[in-house]
Amino acid sequence: MEIIHSSRPALAILVSLIAAFLILITGERSRNLREFWTILASVVKFSVVLSMVPFILEGKVIEYTVLSISPGLSVQFRVDALGIIFGLTASFLWIITSFYSIGYVRSLKEHAQTRYFVCFAVALSATMGVAFSANMFTTFLFYEIITICTFPLVAHKETPEAIQGARKYLTYLLGTSIAFQLLAVFMTYHVAGTLDFRYEGLLNGARGNATDMLLIIIFILYMAGITKAAMMPLHGWLPAAMVAPTPVSALLHAVAVVKTGVFVVVKVVLHIFGINLLTQLGLGTALAYFACVTIVVASVIALTQDNLKRRLAYSTISQLSYVILGVALLTPSGITGSIMHITIHAFGKITLFFTAGAIYVATHKTNVSELDGIGRQMPFTMGAFTLGALSMIGVPPLGGFISKWYLALGAIEAEQLPVIIVLAASTLLNAGYFLPIVYAAFFKEPAPEHHHNPGQKSKIQEAPVLMVVPLVLTGIGAFVLFLAPTFFLDIARIALHAVVGGN
Amino acid sequence: MMMEHLPAIIIVFPLIMAFLINVAGWWSKKACFYMALLAVTVSFLASLGILNTVLQSGTISYRFGGWEPPWGIEYVIDHLNAFMLVIVSGITLPVVLYSKKSIEQELPKKIPQFYTLFTLLMMGLLGITITGDAFNLYVLLEIASITGYALIGLGDEKAPLASFNYLIIGTIGACFYLLGVGYLYIMTGSLNMADLAQRLPALYSSNAVMAAFAFFMVGIAIKMAFFPLHVWLPDAYSHAPSTVSAYVACTMTKVGAYVMIRIMFTVFEPSFSIQLHPVTTIFGWVAAAAMMYGCILAVAQNDLKRMLCYIIIAEVGYIVMGISAANRMGFTGAVLHILNDAFMMACLFLVVGAIYYKTGAKTIGEYRGLFKKMPFTSMSFAVGALSVVGVPPTCGFFSKWYLVLGTINAEQWVFAAALLASSLLSAIVFFRVLQNMFFAPAASSSHDQGSESHVQEKRHEAPGSMLIPIFVTIAGILLLGVFSGQIIEMIIQYTVPEGF
Amino acid sequence: MEFIISKYNYWMYIVLMMIGFYAMIAKRNLVKKLLGLNIFQWAIILFYVSTGVKKGATIPIIEGGHGELVHAVNAAQYLNPLPHVLMLTAIVVGVSTTGVALALIVLIYRRFGTVEEDEILEALK
Repeated sequence: MEIIHSSRPALAILVSLIAAFLILITGERSRNLREFWTILASVVKFSVVLSMVPFILEGKVIEYTVLSISPGLSVQFRVDALGIIFGLTASFLWIITSFYSIGYVRSLKEHAQTRYFVCFAVALSATMGVAFSANMFTTFLFYEIITICTFPLVAHKETPEAIQGARKYLTYLLGTSIAFQLLAVFMTYHVAGTLDFRYEGLLNGARGNATDMLLIIIFILYMAGITKAAMMPLHGWLPAAMVAPTPVSALLHAVAVVKTGVFVVVKVVLHIFGINLLTQLGLGTALAYFACVTIVVASVIALTQDNLKRRLAYSTISQLSYVILGVALLTPSGITGSIMHITIHAFGKITLFFTAGAIYVATHKTNVSELDGIGRQMPFTMGAFTLGALSMIGVPPLGGFISKWYLALGAIEAEQLPVIIVLAASTLLNAGYFLPIVYAAFFKEPAPEHHHNPGQKSKIQEAPVLMVVPLVLTGIGAFVLFLAPTFFLDIARIALHAVVGGN
Repeated sequence: MMMEHLPAIIIVFPLIMAFLINVAGWWSKKACFYMALLAVTVSFLASLGILNTVLQSGTISYRFGGWEPPWGIEYVIDHLNAFMLVIVSGITLPVVLYSKKSIEQELPKKIPQFYTLFTLLMMGLLGITITGDAFNLYVLLEIASITGYALIGLGDEKAPLASFNYLIIGTIGACFYLLGVGYLYIMTGSLNMADLAQRLPALYSSNAVMAAFAFFMVGIAIKMAFFPLHVWLPDAYSHAPSTVSAYVACTMTKVGAYVMIRIMFTVFEPSFSIQLHPVTTIFGWVAAAAMMYGCILAVAQNDLKRMLCYIIIAEVGYIVMGISAANRMGFTGAVLHILNDAFMMACLFLVVGAIYYKTGAKTIGEYRGLFKKMPFTSMSFAVGALSVVGVPPTCGFFSKWYLVLGTINAEQWVFAAALLASSLLSAIVFFRVLQNMFFAPAASSSHDQGSESHVQEKRHEAPGSMLIPIFVTIAGILLLGVFSGQIIEMIIQYTVPEGF
Repeated sequence: MEFIISKYNYWMYIVLMMIGFYAMIAKRNLVKKLLGLNIFQWAIILFYVSTGVKKGATIPIIEGGHGELVHAVNAAQYLNPLPHVLMLTAIVVGVSTTGVALALIVLIYRRFGTVEEDEILEALK
C-alpha cells in the first residue's frame, strides 16, 4: 500500500479550529461576518477532504505525523478509505447544517450564538481528528475533545432541564471513556507496545503477549468505554441530550458524536483486534447479539415515545447498532453494510432531525400527537420527513435499503439466522414508529384547537427558507444514495480490501 | 566565571535582596515589588543557565567556600535538581507578577514585609532543591517553612490559627527529618548525600538506619502533606492571601516530593527502598487512599480554595503513586507530574485569586454566571480544571498517562483503577464549578426575551498584571502537554534512578 | 538494665520528646502547645549534643595548632565538634520558629482576646 505524506488531514482539522477562533473574535459585533466564517470553513473543509478522495480511490493512504511523544505513542493522522467515508459524510453535512443552524438560531433568537458556533466548529475539527487518526491515542484524544466541546451545545438552553441533561451526557461520555476506554487503551499499549491501527489487527499481531482472558477483558472495556455508540445498556445519555437545540441534535447526535462512537467501534473491531482474533475468541458473535438486543429494545421503546425528538433518539440508538452489528458479523458483506450505513443513516437521520427542528420553529410543537395534519401546512418539510423515514425503514428507492441489503447478506454469510430475524423485526418496528407520523401529518385532520383561526388552516406556513432548503437537500441525498451508491461502495470495498485482503 | 558560580548566585542573590527589600521598604513601597521581581528573574535565569550546563556536561558539583565534600557544604546539581530549580523559579515568576495587584489590595500595609518573606521563601525552596548536604537541607527546609508560616499568617481572620497549627505540625515534621539526619550521622559520620550513599549500603541491616529511613519518610510526608499527614494543609492554604496560597500550593508540596525522591533513591539506594522493605507497596496503597480521599472531600467542599486544597492532597497522592510503581514509566510520570501539577495548581489558584480580587466570590454558589463577567479568567479556569481531570491535550493527561502505564507495568491493577477513578471524581469536582461559571441557571431571568434584548452584562475582567501570569500558566499547561515527549527525552529520562 | 543505663542519654531524649509531644497534642492552650514544641526541639538538640561527647575527652582545640609542629592528633582525645556546631544552627532555627509562633499567638490574642483553642473555635463559629 502506497503511503503519501501530506499535511492535508491536519489542514482539514485546522480549518474549523481557525474558524472557531475567527468566530470568537468577531462575536456579536457582526453576525453576518461571523456566519460567513462558519460557512467558509465548512466549504473549505469539505473541499480539503474531497481533495484527498482521488488518492484513496487509487488505493493510497495519506499520512501525517503531528508530533511523536514517545516510541509507539504519537499524534498521527492516516487517511484511509474507512476514514474518508466518515470524513466526507461529516464535513458535507456540516455545510448543510451550518445553513440550517443559522436559520434556526436566528428565527428563535437564541442567546449565546457565538459560543454555539464556536463549539460547533471545534466539534467538527475533533470529528475529523477521529476520522483521520492513525492510532488509538489520537482517536482517544479527539474523542475526548468532542465530548468536552459539545457539552456547552447540549446545555445551550441553560434551563434546569438542559443542565440536567447535559450533566447526564457528560457523566456517561466522560465517565465511561476515562474509566473503561482509557484503561483499555492502557492495556492495549501494555500488551502491544504501540497503539497504531493495523489492518490485520494490532492485538492479533501481539497475541503472544497476553492471555485470551486479558484480550476478552480489553474488548469488553473498549465496548463499555465507547459510550458514544449508545449500545444498551449505556445508551441513557442520548435521549437526555435531546434537550439540545435541534441543529445540534441533528449534526452531533445523528452524525458527529454518535457516528464517532460507532466509527471507533469499527476501528477497534477491525484495526485493533482484527477479524481473525475476534473470530477465534468468539467475540464477534457476542457483540452481534448485544447489538441485536439494542436494535429491538430501542425500537420498542421508540414506539412508546410521544416527544418527536425522543422518538428519533431511540431510533438513532437502534440504527447505530446496525453499524455495530454489521461489523460484528465479521463477514465482507456485513462490514460493507456497516460502512455504508454510517453514511446512509447520517443522511436519513439528519433529515428527520431537521424536520423536527423546522416543525418546532414554525409551530412550536414537539410531540408526535400534535402533528395531525401538519403535512398540509408544511408540505416540503413533511415530504422530506417521509423520505428520511422511508430510508430508515429501508424501503427500496432509498439509501437505507442498500445498507440493509448488505447487512442481511452479511448475516447469511455468517450463517446467523437470528440476526436475519432481528433485521426483519426491526424493519417492521421502524415502520411502526415512523409511518403513523407520516400518516397523521398528511391524512389526519388538524387538532380542533387550531380551528380558531380557520383562515390559516390550509395555508402553507413553512419554516424559514434557510431551514427548509437544507432538509430537502438531505432528504434528496438519501434518495440519491440509492441511485448512485457506487462511489461510496467503491471506497467501502477499498476499506474492506485492506482488512480482509480478499476481493 | 559567572557561570561557575551560578549555584551560589541562585541562593545568595535572593538572600541579599530579601534583606535589601526590607530596608528599601522604609523609603518606597513600590520599589519592593521591583526588587523582588529582580531577585526572581535573576534566580530564574541562573537556574536556566544551570540546566543548560547540566544538559551539556552532566552533574555539577559546587563547593561552598572551596571546602572538600564530606566536611564542607556541597551543592550537587544533576538533571533532577536542575529540572526542579527551573520549575520552582519558573513558576515564581508569574506568581510574583501577579502578586503586585493582589497584595496591594489584600495587604496594603505590609508590602515590604510580604516581599521580604516571599523572596526568602523562594530562596529556601531553591536551596532545598540545590543542596547536596542532608543537614543543610534541614536548615533550608525550615527557612522555607518559617517564611511560609509567616506568609500564611498574613491571611484572613482565621489565618493566624491555621498558620499556628501548621507551624506545630510542620515543626514536628522537620524535627523528624532532623532525627533521621542524626541517626545517619551517628552510623556513618557523614552528612553529605553522595558520601552517605556510599557508606550506607554496608549498614542496611542496621536497625538505626531503618529507623532513620522511617523518620525521614514521616518527616517528609508531613511537609508534603501526604495522606494521612495532610491535616494542616486545607486550613493553612485556604486562609492564606491568594498569592501565598497560589505560590505554596504549586511549590511546597512538589519540593517535598523532590526531597522524598532524593532520600529514597539517592541517599538510600532503590534496592533498600524497594527490595529490602515493602516501602513502595505501602506507599502505593496509601497514595491510592490519598487520591480517593482528596477527591471525595473536594467534592464536599463549597469554598473554592478549600476544594483546591483537597485536590492538592490527591495530586500528592499521584506523585507518590508514580514513585511507588518503582519502574521507569511510573517514575517518569511522577517527575512529569511534579512539573505539570505546579502549573495546574498555579493556574487554578491564580484564577481563584483573581476572581476574589474582582468580585469577592469565594464559594461555588457565588461563581454563578461568572463567564459573562470575566470570560478570560473563566476560560483559564476551565483549562486548568480539564488538565487536573486529565483531558487531552492538556499536560495533566500526559503525566497521568505515564503514571497509569507505570502501575500497569508493575501489574498493580488496583492502583491503575484508583488513578482512573480519581480522575473521574475530579471531573465531578470541577464540572460542578464549571457549570456554575458557564451556565448559571438562575442568573439570567430574562431568558424568554431572547438574546436581542439580553442586556450584555458588563465585563469586569481582572487587570492585565493578573491576567498575563494566568495566561503564562495556561500556555504552560498546553505546551507542556504537547512537548512532554521532548521534556522526557531531554531531561526526565536521566533522572530515573539506576536499576529501574 | 545494662542496656538502659549505658544508653541513658538516648532514653532521656526520648522521654523529653514524649513530654513535648504530649503537650502539643493534649493541651488546648496555644502557649502551652508552643512550650511543648520547644521541649520537643530541645530534646533533639540534646540528643545531637550527647552524640558528640566521649568519655574522658576534652574540648576540640588542638594545642599548638598555630604554625608550630603538630604531633599526630589522637581523635579519641577530643569531643566531636560537628554535632555541636550543627546544633548552633538548629537552635537558631528553633528560636526563629518560636519567634514566628509567638507573633502568631499575639495576633490571635489581639483578635480573639484569648489563647485557648476551644474558645477561639467557639468565637469563629
